[in-house]
Amino acid sequence: MTANAPMPEPALRVRDLQVAYGTPRGSLQAVDGVSFDLAPGESLGIVGESGCGKSSMGRGLMQLLPPGAAVGGSVLLNGEELIGVDAGRLRRARGEDIAMVFQEPMTRLDPLMRVSKHFVEAIRAHRPEVSKADARQMGRDILAQMGIPPTRADNYPHEFSGGMRQRIMIALGIVLQPTVIIADEPTTALDVIVEAQILDLLDRLRTDENVGLLLITHNLGLVAETCDRVAVMYAGRIVEIGPVVDVFANPRHPYTQGLLRSVISIETTKLVSIDGTPPDLVDPPAGCRFAPRCAQAFGDCTTVDPVLADVDVGHRAACLLQTGSYPQRMGVTA
Amino acid sequence: MTQPDVVMDVRNLSTWFEQSGGLFSRGQHQSVKAVDGVTFDIRKGEIFGLVGESGSGKTTLGRTLLGLVPATAGQVLYKGQDLTTLSEKAYRPLRRHLAMIFQDPNASLNPAMTVVQGVGHPLRIHGLASSRAEVRASVAEMLERCGLAPATNYLDVYPEDLSGGQKQRLVIARALITRPEFVVADEPVAALDMSVRAKVLELMMDLKDDLGLTYLYITHDLSSGRFVCDRMAIMYLGQMVEWGDAALIYDDPHHPYTDALLDAVPLPDPSRRDRQKRLPSGEIPDALSPPRGCSFHPRCPVARPDCGWGGRDLIDALEHRWTRVDADTFERELDMVGDLAGASADAATLRLPGADAEQVRSLLTTIGSTLSPSLVDAVVAVEPDRGDTVVVFGFGPEPVGQDVAGRVVACHIHGVTRRPDGKHGGRVPTQG
Amino acid sequence: MAAPERPPAPAAPVAVAPSRRELIRGRIDHTFKPWRKANPMARRLVIVGVLMTSVFAVLALLPSVVAPYAEDQYRYIAGTTDNPDGGEARVDCVAVGCEQLPRREAPSSAHPFGTTSARFDVMSRIVHGSRVAFAIVILSTGLAMGIGVPLGLWSGYRGGKVDRILVTLMDAVYVIPGLLLAIIVAFVLQQYFDPGLASATVAVGVVYVPQYYRVIRNHTLSVKEEPFVEAARAIGASPRTIVTRYVFFNVVQSVPVIFTLNAADAVLTLAGLGFLGYGVPFPQAEWGLDVSQALSDVVAGFWWTAFFPGMAIMLLVTGLTLIGEGLNDIVNPLLRLKGFKGKVPARARTNAQTAGGAAEPSDGAGQ
Repeated sequence: MTANAPMPEPALRVRDLQVAYGTPRGSLQAVDGVSFDLAPGESLGIVGESGCGKSSMGRGLMQLLPPGAAVGGSVLLNGEELIGVDAGRLRRARGEDIAMVFQEPMTRLDPLMRVSKHFVEAIRAHRPEVSKADARQMGRDILAQMGIPPTRADNYPHEFSGGMRQRIMIALGIVLQPTVIIADEPTTALDVIVEAQILDLLDRLRTDENVGLLLITHNLGLVAETCDRVAVMYAGRIVEIGPVVDVFANPRHPYTQGLLRSVISIETTKLVSIDGTPPDLVDPPAGCRFAPRCAQAFGDCTTVDPVLADVDVGHRAACLLQTGSYPQRMGVTA
Repeated sequence: MTQPDVVMDVRNLSTWFEQSGGLFSRGQHQSVKAVDGVTFDIRKGEIFGLVGESGSGKTTLGRTLLGLVPATAGQVLYKGQDLTTLSEKAYRPLRRHLAMIFQDPNASLNPAMTVVQGVGHPLRIHGLASSRAEVRASVAEMLERCGLAPATNYLDVYPEDLSGGQKQRLVIARALITRPEFVVADEPVAALDMSVRAKVLELMMDLKDDLGLTYLYITHDLSSGRFVCDRMAIMYLGQMVEWGDAALIYDDPHHPYTDALLDAVPLPDPSRRDRQKRLPSGEIPDALSPPRGCSFHPRCPVARPDCGWGGRDLIDALEHRWTRVDADTFERELDMVGDLAGASADAATLRLPGADAEQVRSLLTTIGSTLSPSLVDAVVAVEPDRGDTVVVFGFGPEPVGQDVAGRVVACHIHGVTRRPDGKHGGRVPTQG
Repeated sequence: MAAPERPPAPAAPVAVAPSRRELIRGRIDHTFKPWRKANPMARRLVIVGVLMTSVFAVLALLPSVVAPYAEDQYRYIAGTTDNPDGGEARVDCVAVGCEQLPRREAPSSAHPFGTTSARFDVMSRIVHGSRVAFAIVILSTGLAMGIGVPLGLWSGYRGGKVDRILVTLMDAVYVIPGLLLAIIVAFVLQQYFDPGLASATVAVGVVYVPQYYRVIRNHTLSVKEEPFVEAARAIGASPRTIVTRYVFFNVVQSVPVIFTLNAADAVLTLAGLGFLGYGVPFPQAEWGLDVSQALSDVVAGFWWTAFFPGMAIMLLVTGLTLIGEGLNDIVNPLLRLKGFKGKVPARARTNAQTAGGAAEPSDGAGQ
């Protein structure tokens, strides 16, 4: 996206999202001020390792957090604020406007209910005016789109394989034509061929139905192959965000650089890792959170907290090396 | 030509699990053939990769080699001794030479033992250290080798206080502390973060050189296999479909499944994302009733008529087609095949109750090209029989491994072969 | 699904190998970890329960300090509270002058809980009864543990025919209502042995063997499937080593919970036995026995002879139950972080700002 193109209204606009959990040691700030936009039909990959907060962020967006967790900030879905809204509106939003696809589909499907019934219930919960017969047909149509034959639409969840269950989950998520799909590690439990099929499917959905896709994953290969933009998270914050081609070709944040170097692919000739461990999020260190592990850290890095700033068109990084010693506040660009 | 030093010689190994018919079983008392007649060898000092997806049998094969799961048939020869004939008790002294590295670092360590107790336990069991001080010293030395330094910081800690990467190093230390000869590494880095994997893999490879180890590296991740393995085998539904020199296989796969796997692996390079990928349809079939002939044929993009097509394949192909046509066509075609829910298929035939043979024949002719390649070509007859229609399939043998281009492949593309005790599809030709 | 993994740090550097004492300290620290992680409500339950139980424990340990009279004392030497029938030397009551305790006296300053129809001081009976209650409860649950736990471990790990037989046997015993079973056992034992501490212990203990067996067996079945048990096989450990060093310590954490809940139940069972006359024989102090003896008093309007033993039973059972429930919540938490709340920094409430689209902060900067 160039700076001069007219900005379409973002499907999802997240500003300063915060998620905190209560622990015996104190409040753990899992997500510490994350902001991004998601345009309709765009696919944004959120990438990071365990403990970076990406899953918490995904759940925070849908407010599907365990009791004792707190959410703050602003989430605008098609211009409407979701944080702090009443439970009824939230329930309607989940399903009609945002769909979530999780890692373990079997745990989300009712084993005692036929698959077609899942659809009938989901559709009629949001649109009671739809008749049962129509809802069943809608369900079959969408299942067929996902590659589940109509002759099997009345089977029980356990009669399907893992990959097919994930397709059913996706179908359930999109049957009401949401604007945004949040997929949290949707293919981690699946084998690589089925993974490629599912991602193909999500991609088709995106282009055909203009649905925005937020793909949360630790697999950089997936992001490279399917996403338009990518946001790299570390210790609860986004440290780099930009078009996938740019970020992969020219990573500006030392963590991104280290991460990309450490990925093992078919073409790897050398094994590289990042030393050290992520910081404690109950009591995070001052300054840049990656500084203790960063080979390029200098004096100010442990005292000044870097903000995301432009390093290229549409490409931002939170690193003092890239943006100088002075923290700059800039308007948000998509 | 000198024979390379063989550490493990596996011959026709099978591991079957009996599936007792529960309340909801489909009626047949079946066994799951987790490992189905596998033959290969592992040479000293090499890293032999076992690549496959979940359900391929690779994990079971690794465990069978180490006697953690009893073999149903075949032999595992270690230094001339057949390990499958040993009782659990007789096997135990050998375990100091045959080690295993497990996948999940969070669950592979005894939470009730400190690091020194847990990692040092093998020394105690095999009498390799006589006093507490000796155990402590050996464990400390091993920890330092595994990158946990200074070791004194870790010795009296409980595993739950450590990170995933550190725990996995403990698992490695425990496996190698008795200086084994052969190590089975079952997805050793799958549960670790990307940035930590490289370090742990590097550790394993360094230790291999230092301690003179031989690895069986089991993984579903083809990406790491390329860098790590000397030779490898690709497994599908309990059988090896292609095996040999790893670099050869990666550069020039000769089995359609290997091809598909390599295509499907995502590359962390956005500039290559639009490359051509030939992905097979469907998923790994149910291990309780695997396809006849070649197990991969229902999904294979280059399948031939003699790959083992059968009745179930026809039903699956029809259902797949019906997801892509409109409701009217679906209804019309469904009528033509009679009572699909009551259809029964065996190795050679598919019986469609209440269907008209003419209609079925014409349906197959019309839509044949939209179904799986070669499926309709495999049909040799469509006959009426007592009010039903019977679709008869031609012979489809199960392939055997053959030497092709420097590796071994089990695929009819390179020449039709026949496994004597295999599960063949289609009508067996009378002339044998 | 809850909080993300907390990145750990290895222990502080230690120059030399830790001493034996430090190792034990470390082990104790490790054992008490669940306590520190537990939610405040569970801890409160345990503390209250411990306080209540320890009152009775003190009474049980130091009966003569609290109780002015012996349990079966019906008269005293004038001017003192000594029991002329209690010592080794026979005291000549005619010479010294003994007085009888009042009969059925209401609670007063001399007898805070009153006296019974047999001229026993109720408070002394309660105190001595504590001793009996504690002794029998500890011994019987100890017996039940000693039989149930090893059987459960072996049965769970080995499986096979032995397991099936034991499960059937234990289920059969479990099905019989506790008190009824205790009565049957006590009855049978009394044919061969004198009624007393030992027979009551066995009668009460037998009732709880199936519980330990079942819980340990089930836990063993699941721990058996854990990767670290397979790893133990892979390094060549014998089944005995696996059970004692790998399985046992990982299933034993359920035991304290069952122990306290069983102890609570055992007090009731013992009281029931005593009530029916199958416990320790009269005139030994036992709360259930006292209640049964007080039945006729209640009808006549004398409430204190039944009330106080009944209260004692109730309080001790409640105390033990609170400990058990609290421990259960600590050892098997439903949601480990229940009771802890996350706090989001105040600046996050920027809902009002975002609607307009004016210059917004780009993302959270450290403040």
